[in-house]
Amino acid sequence: MIDISLTVNGRRYAETVEPRLLLSDFLRGRLGLTGTHVGCEHGVCGACTVRLDGVAVRSCLLLAAQVDGTEIVTVEGLAHDGALTPLQEAFHRHHALQCGFCTPGILLAASDLLSHDQPPTREAIVDMLSGQLCRCTGYTPIVDAIAEVAGA
Amino acid sequence: MKPPPFDYLRPKTLEGALEALAQNAEEAKVLAGGQSLVPALNMRLLRPALLVDINRLPGLNEVVGDGAMRVGATVRQADPRLLAHPLLAEALPHVGHFVTRNRGTVCGSIAHSDAAAELPLALVTAGGSVVAISRSKTREIPAGDFFLGPYTTALEPGEIIVETIWPLPREDETYAFEELAQRAGDYALAMASVRVHDDELRVVVGSVVERPIVLEVDPEHPGESAAAQIEPWGSIHASPTYLKQLVRVLVDRAVARARGRAVA
Repeated sequence: MIDISLTVNGRRYAETVEPRLLLSDFLRGRLGLTGTHVGCEHGVCGACTVRLDGVAVRSCLLLAAQVDGTEIVTVEGLAHDGALTPLQEAFHRHHALQCGFCTPGILLAASDLLSHDQPPTREAIVDMLSGQLCRCTGYTPIVDAIAEVAGA
Repeated sequence: MKPPPFDYLRPKTLEGALEALAQNAEEAKVLAGGQSLVPALNMRLLRPALLVDINRLPGLNEVVGDGAMRVGATVRQADPRLLAHPLLAEALPHVGHFVTRNRGTVCGSIAHSDAAAELPLALVTAGGSVVAISRSKTREIPAGDFFLGPYTTALEPGEIIVETIWPLPREDETYAFEELAQRAGDYALAMASVRVHDDELRVVVGSVVERPIVLEVDPEHPGESAAAQIEPWGSIHASPTYLKQLVRVLVDRAVARARGRAVA
């Protein structure tokens, strides 16, 4: 067993984990943060995407043991005091979700893309979304929502 | 879809990592970006006894060098420093997805040696090499000798790739990379990578062969002569005939673009 301490959505946690525990299962099962969704569990679908020290990563491809000392943001950490982020507002306005299963991962991946110095082009947004599977075929409004925030 | 049990070690020094690997040579796996290794663990295709996590080893997140770019073992595929190499700048956008490139490493892709991966192909095209360290020795392995087949390399048990070396273009040397995948980020059906320097033409193809190989092509008809040399197996997605046609088209496109740059 391995002792880890980390910050998730601004809150400190100290836990003991088995080496093989995936970060996705740690967030959902141990911390109760079930907004991080688990789809394929091999890095393809993108539903489990979180930000690790600011960088969007697949939480199903990381071990909880690896994130000792890091800072993680999940979908629960985006809105503050009930106020949605501009990206979440844009998703709402554009009806950029249907069933919502892919939404948390897309929000976290898009928030990383939008944090770069250069705002992404519409093409870069589409390319990013190629790694975030939406099975409701709702991509057009998703692209529109992210593009609006990017000013693209 | 949960990994089998294993021990996990995050050494503080390279020496510590090499020691752990030496003691568990056949049973241990090196964990860097984990974008290929962890899926294989989750699907239980692999059952290593020990994972040696090198992500926090000092000195491995470097991109340095003048005539050649030396890329350390923990440099991520999304690292903007890599764009200084024209072939990497063309090939990297095809590697996985935005989020997996944030974590996946250049050296890890080289070590994994997937026959459908872009970076092994690119390293062979660039005439690069792999620097591997074990407790007893350090050696530099030319890319052409490193890739032995799908998921098989010249790396020995107990060795860690510490860096890959990517020669930068000489004067008047140009590159181009082409691939066709069914969707962005998918494994390529076929890919071609080209280096042009005066009359010297290097053509390397991937996905349609077991490992990236340099083809001797007719400079007048590069695509046709490349396609004539390969015997792809084909799959449910693409027949052998179609794949040969793809190679012909992709090689011709890459050669034309590289030559166009040489003139410009």
